[in-house]
Amino acid sequence: MILHTLLDYDVLRFIWWILLGVLLVGFAVTDGFDLGTGILLPFAAKTDLERRVVINTIGPVWEGNQVWLILGGGAIFAAWPQLYAVSFSGFYLAMAAVLLALILRPVGFKYRSKRDSTTWRTTWDWALFVGGFVPALVFGVAMGNVLQGVPFRLAPDMQIFYDGGFFALLNPFALLAGLVSVAMLVMHGASWLALKTDGALAVRARSYGIIAAMATIALYAVAGLALWGFVDGYRITSEIVTTGPSNPLFKTVQAHAGGAWFANYAAHPWTIAAPLAGFAGALLALLGLLRRWEGWTMIFSSVSISGIVLSVGASMFPFILPSSIQPEASLTAWDASSSHMTLFIMLVSTCIFLPIIVLYTSWVYKVLWGKVDAAEISGGKSHAY
Amino acid sequence: MDLDVVGLSRLQFALTALYHFLFIPLTLGLSILVAIMETVYVMSGRPIWRQMTKFWGSLFGINFAIGVSTGLVMEFQFGMNWSYYSHYVGDVFGAPLALEGLMAFFLEATFVGMFFFGWDRLSKVAHLIVTWLVALGSNLSALWILIANGWMQNPVGATLNPQTMRMEVTDFYAVITNPVAQAKFVHTTSAGYLVASMFVLGISAFYLLRGRHVEVAKRSLTVAAAFGLAASLSVVVLGDESGYLSSEHQKMKLAAIEGMWETEPAPASFTAFGFPDQEARKTHYSIHIPWVMGLIGTRSLTGEVPGISELVKLADLRIRQGIVSYDALEQIRAMKGQGAVPPALTAQFEEHSAQLGYALLLKRYVDDPRKATDAQIALAAGDTVPQVAPLFWSFRVMVGLGMYFILFTAVFFYLSAKRKLLAYPWLLKVAVWSIPLPWIAAEAGWIVAELGRQPWAVEGVLPTAVAVSNLGIQTVLTTLIGFVVLYSVLIVVEMKLMTKAIRKGPEPDHAASPGAASPLIGVTPALRTAPMISTE
Repeated sequence: MILHTLLDYDVLRFIWWILLGVLLVGFAVTDGFDLGTGILLPFAAKTDLERRVVINTIGPVWEGNQVWLILGGGAIFAAWPQLYAVSFSGFYLAMAAVLLALILRPVGFKYRSKRDSTTWRTTWDWALFVGGFVPALVFGVAMGNVLQGVPFRLAPDMQIFYDGGFFALLNPFALLAGLVSVAMLVMHGASWLALKTDGALAVRARSYGIIAAMATIALYAVAGLALWGFVDGYRITSEIVTTGPSNPLFKTVQAHAGGAWFANYAAHPWTIAAPLAGFAGALLALLGLLRRWEGWTMIFSSVSISGIVLSVGASMFPFILPSSIQPEASLTAWDASSSHMTLFIMLVSTCIFLPIIVLYTSWVYKVLWGKVDAAEISGGKSHAY
Repeated sequence: MDLDVVGLSRLQFALTALYHFLFIPLTLGLSILVAIMETVYVMSGRPIWRQMTKFWGSLFGINFAIGVSTGLVMEFQFGMNWSYYSHYVGDVFGAPLALEGLMAFFLEATFVGMFFFGWDRLSKVAHLIVTWLVALGSNLSALWILIANGWMQNPVGATLNPQTMRMEVTDFYAVITNPVAQAKFVHTTSAGYLVASMFVLGISAFYLLRGRHVEVAKRSLTVAAAFGLAASLSVVVLGDESGYLSSEHQKMKLAAIEGMWETEPAPASFTAFGFPDQEARKTHYSIHIPWVMGLIGTRSLTGEVPGISELVKLADLRIRQGIVSYDALEQIRAMKGQGAVPPALTAQFEEHSAQLGYALLLKRYVDDPRKATDAQIALAAGDTVPQVAPLFWSFRVMVGLGMYFILFTAVFFYLSAKRKLLAYPWLLKVAVWSIPLPWIAAEAGWIVAELGRQPWAVEGVLPTAVAVSNLGIQTVLTTLIGFVVLYSVLIVVEMKLMTKAIRKGPEPDHAASPGAASPLIGVTPALRTAPMISTE
């Protein structure tokens, strides 16, 4: 098969770097609102009926949303096997915590309202809170660590060794990034609840959303300043080979390259659109929550989340996962991808199936359009959670 | 199995996979059974079929929720616990996983929400399409994961790239059309259909015994018996196909399943019973059935099935050949991508590159396989023998149960065709007690397939001991305990809800004719469930 040579290796690598961003954004925007909704559940909803309404706003869609995470895992495995191997084994305990927390969600949604006991239901409400909060925090913390570089090294046979413990992940900058992540997903979840519910519940959701939107703006700004002031970037010092074999050890890298994480914005000013979208989206979402532009608020908060996620990628390009203890082992878009053929096959498959997925997902949202009716749930509809 | 990092990681993977595989077969089969019931509803317009669809659909939902959550763990565990594996074969193995997400998971997960929430929002036909899409999604996901697993058993269409030190795809079509994967797909989905059929059959029998929901139960039982008979025939025939393919690609697995220590003159006999002894390389108190093994393994009376001792000798030779290839590989890599590789070196690497994985078996004993002693080579060759006794027994449990399922579903198919379901109450009791059996067979099947693959993560390519992540024992132990605790709680919760839903029975369908509905119709929901709760 020679079809794959239709696209050059470096072009495919760049496209897959973009697609990595698309997947992360897809996950953050779709699963993001139901993680945020889970975090808000014990606070925004007071009565049992309100809580059931909240759960039923995401009831029909969270499963499809979560597939973005599964697809993200699968696609990173297929297109960036070393990134998959290094990050998942390096962040081992953190990933395990995310998995254990996420497991609580499907069962929580499904099982919470199957028994009448208050203890039973309250327990599951807090389980759903954990299921939303832990992943939101950990993914942000992970991003914060990636920006600083992660303590892994590669042996010549590509065996991966990770020299940091779990608690080293919880450094100040990473925790700040974690808070950005939690704030933006709570903003997103609140925008969703404002759209899908009404009455006292919607009022409370909007109040939490307003706080979260302000927190997002403030924390994202502080994180940007901290990145500028305290986090050194990385820079490739050898000749950049974009079509070579995927072996990270073939290059040399300078760590503690001051200002390296801002070099792309200077070289390609249009990339500033990403952080700008992060701020502008959150501002507009704030305004939308105040003025009750329900549908638009959802879009603005999606724009904000996308901008924040993409700004991490834009700062680091071509780095994907820098190593703090063996800088030349850092994974970049040019030396951590799959083979030319696999990237091509996966691109063709994605071009065929992703539009179909978007099509039928949109159809589902269209069918489900409108507020969730509390009367319908209390009326004992058997399908409601 | 030693409880070092490799052992613990294997234990964690096995436990999470076996647990996940408690829910998947039921999802595979029940999704189709529910879709069949709804099809009858849409075609006939009779509300009782809608009631059946909703009832079995609600049980499907309880099961599906845990299947999804535990599946996420599977998707991430390769990177977490098997990082060298992920690096070494991700170029091949990752693609089917990503395709599974693109083609199957989205379909399944997006439409499963519509299945439950769409009854009042969709037309009859649109809802039916949604149900079939859920079934299609579930079954497509089985296809892709078994293509991935099939590649671990029979790694086709890829070669090692010395520059990147990993397997890279050379022929993706060969990966997809891998005969082992195809056989596994049909065998596994049939097993899923059987699990679901036995589940529906057993619960329906329970209702018939109690005289409850009789109309729903009779119809469900008829559908399940027919579907189950087809599935049990298919699962056994395709299981035989898997056995035949093993004789071609995984001779050691076949010999271990059989407990066949020495090569027998053709046609080899099948050991129906015995106690395999790994130390003595003997099977005690064995009872042989002549010819059968030769027929299964080679489909001829003249083909020879090699025994374990002979295969160990072959492994010894392959290790020595692999070392030659490994030596060339090290020299190529030492050049760090600089300059052209001398053709002689490439030739040396390629001559035995198929045996390279065997050299990696030595990594357990020595860092540099080139420095291995004869004694170490002999140890590594001995490692190629999987644990015979559990394989031997799992296989016999699986096959024995498979035969039982054919008989069982045939009897019920006959009874339901003759409308004599209520004539033999003891048979209905047997049906209730048989509900767990297909799960035992399915788990045994997983053990045969995956324990039989040891010591390899990827047969002949990458040993499990090399594939593992470099984690601390305590780290793996922590997550292992975490999974065991959470999974134990979940299974208790799941079983309770499942029993509660089964005891409660189908919801009365308001559109249904009074005669077909449950006698409790009109009673408030709380009262209707109250007596059932007290019996828990």
